[in-house]
Amino acid sequence: MAKTITESQKQEKITALQKEREAFSLKLRDAVGTRKRDSLIAKIEKIDEQIKKERTGERFTRQEKRNLIAYSFIAPNFIGFALFTLGPIIFAFVLAFMKWDGNSPMEFAGLKNFIDMFSNDRFRASFVNTIVYCLATVPLTLVSALGLAIVLNQKVKGKNFFRTVGFFPYVASLVAVAAVWNMLFSPMKSGPVNMLLYNLGVHAKSLPKWSADPNWVMFTIVLFSVWKNMGYYMVIYLAGLQGINGELYEAAGLDGCNAWQKFRYITWPQLQPTTFFVTIILTINCFKVYDIVYMLAGGSNGIVSSQAMVLVYHIYEEAFRNWNLGYASAVAMVLFLMVLVITLVQFRGEKKYAN
Amino acid sequence: MKVKSTNYKIRRCLLYVVLLLLTAAMLVPFAWMLSASLKLDKDVFIFPIRWIPQHPRWQNYLDIWTKIPLLTFVTNTMKITLIVTTLQLLTSSFAAYAFAKLKFRYKDTLFMAYIATIAVPWQVYMVPQFMMMRNFGLNDSHLAIIFLQAFSAFGVFMMRQFYQGIPDELCEAARIDGMSEYQIYAKIMLPLSKPALSTLTIFTFVNTWNDFLGPLIYLKTEAKKTLQLGLKMFISQYSSEYGLIMAASVLSLIPVLIVFLSLQKHFVEGVAATGVKG
Repeated sequence: MAKTITESQKQEKITALQKEREAFSLKLRDAVGTRKRDSLIAKIEKIDEQIKKERTGERFTRQEKRNLIAYSFIAPNFIGFALFTLGPIIFAFVLAFMKWDGNSPMEFAGLKNFIDMFSNDRFRASFVNTIVYCLATVPLTLVSALGLAIVLNQKVKGKNFFRTVGFFPYVASLVAVAAVWNMLFSPMKSGPVNMLLYNLGVHAKSLPKWSADPNWVMFTIVLFSVWKNMGYYMVIYLAGLQGINGELYEAAGLDGCNAWQKFRYITWPQLQPTTFFVTIILTINCFKVYDIVYMLAGGSNGIVSSQAMVLVYHIYEEAFRNWNLGYASAVAMVLFLMVLVITLVQFRGEKKYAN
Repeated sequence: MKVKSTNYKIRRCLLYVVLLLLTAAMLVPFAWMLSASLKLDKDVFIFPIRWIPQHPRWQNYLDIWTKIPLLTFVTNTMKITLIVTTLQLLTSSFAAYAFAKLKFRYKDTLFMAYIATIAVPWQVYMVPQFMMMRNFGLNDSHLAIIFLQAFSAFGVFMMRQFYQGIPDELCEAARIDGMSEYQIYAKIMLPLSKPALSTLTIFTFVNTWNDFLGPLIYLKTEAKKTLQLGLKMFISQYSSEYGLIMAASVLSLIPVLIVFLSLQKHFVEGVAATGVKG
C-alpha cells in the first residue's frame, strides 16, 4: 500500500466519480423499462465499487479481488494449456500456408501446399484408405459393441467378469497386443490362424498373408481395430440399455412380441441417441488412426506401404522424415476439416436428441 | 407351461454359449501371449497349440531384463506417468473449480478456448507443437512428453461437469463461515470429487502409459525411451525371438492390468457418463 496520494487528490477523484455516477443515474431514469437499464445499473455498481476503493485506500475492489482469486485457480492449467495446446493450434493454421523445413526461415507459400497435396499419390492413397478404414470399422464396431452389450444386459451370472474381459483389450497397451496379433496372424503357413484355416480345409496356396498381403492388410487392420475397441463402445451401450424403461418390454411381452420385435421396436429406437453418439466418436477416432497401422503394417523400419497408409501417417512421414513442415500442416488441416464436419453434425444431433 | 420352460432353458444355454465364445475371442490373444512367453522360440508355432508348455521356460522373464535396458524403460515410463497424472489431477481440478463455482471476468471466453480445442485432435497440431518444443530446447526430453500430456482440456472439462453437480449452497455456506476459496476447494470440493478424480486418474494413467506416437516423435536417445517405444524397438530388432517378445509384452501389460482391475468401477462409470452426456 505504498500509494502516496494526498487527501485532496483523493477527494477530487471521488467527486469526479460521483459526478459520473449521477450522469448515469439520470440516464437510468430515462431508460426505465428499456434494455439499456441493466447495463446502466452494472456501470453504476462498478463506479460505486471504485468510489469505495478510493475511500478506503485499498488496492483492489472486491470484484477485482474475486477475479484475481479465480485467475489464480485457473493459471497453473491455463498457462500450460495456452503454451502447449492453444499456441500450437494457432501456429498450425499459419504453418499450412508456409514453406518451412525447420531450419531455414519460413516462406509464405499461399495455397501451394494444398495444390501439391492433390497431386501427391501418397496423399490420395492415405485419404482413400482413411475413408475405407472408417467405412469398414464404424459399422462393424457398432454392431459388435451393441451385440455384446445386449448379451451382457441379460440376467447372466458373472456379468462383471464378462464386462471386464470385454473391456480389457481397450486398455491393454497397443504395442504388446499388436505383437501377439502379428504372431497369431503371421503370414507364414505356420501362423496359428493360418494353421487353423489350413486344418479347416483352406488350400495352402490360398492362405491369406494378412498384413504382408496388399489385398488383406486393410482387412487385418480393421479386424484388429474392432477387436481392440469394441469393449469401450460396449460400455457406452450398456449404459444406454440400462436407461430404457423396463415397462416398455413388459407391455410388449403382453402384446406377444418376440425377441426380434422387441429389439426392432423398442431397443433400437430407444438407443438412437446412444447410437448417434457412438457413431460420432467412432468416426472421429477412425480419422485419427495411426498407431494401429504403424504396428501392424509398419514392418521393422516402420514404413507403411501405400495400401495401408492413413492420413496421420502421411502427416508423420512428411513432417518427421521429409521435414516438409508446411505441407504436413496442410494435410493436418484436411484432417481437421474432416473432424470439424463430424463435430458440427454432432452439435446438430445433440440439439435434436436433447428435446 | 412346460414347453415354455424348456424353450427358456435352451435360450439360456444358447446365451451362455454365445458369451463363452465371445469371451474366448477376447481372451485368446492374451492366453496365447502368456503361453508363448514361457516357450522356446522354436516351440511357439507348433500346431496344435500346446496352451500349457511342458517345460515352462521362466528363463525368458529373466533374460529380457539383460537383453534390452528394460529397467530403464520401465523407470522412465513410471516417472512420466506419475508426474503427468499428478499434474493433470491438480491443475485441472483447480481450474475446474473456478469455472464451476466462481464468477469472474472473461470466464466464458476462457472456457470457450478450452471447449474449442477439445474438437481439435492432437494429430492436427503435433507438428507445430514439436517445433515449438524444439525451440524451447525440449526435444528428446521427458519434460516435453510431460508438458504435452499434462494440461489437457479434457481434464478441466470433465472435472467442471462434476463440480457443477455439487450444490452451490455448500460453497455459499462455507463462504459465510469465513472460509477462503482455497479452503473451500481443499476441504469441501476435493473430498467430494473422489469419483471424478478416480476416473480422471485411470484415464490419464492408461493414456500416458500406453502413449506411443508422442514418445516416438520426441524421444531419440535410447536411455530416455519409454516402455512402449523400447518394446517396439525390441520387436523390430529381434523379430524372431518370439518367447522373449511375448515375455516383455506380458510385463508391459501388468501395471495397466493392476490399475484397471483396482479402479475398473470408476473406469466403466466414467466411460458411461461421458458417453451418455456426450
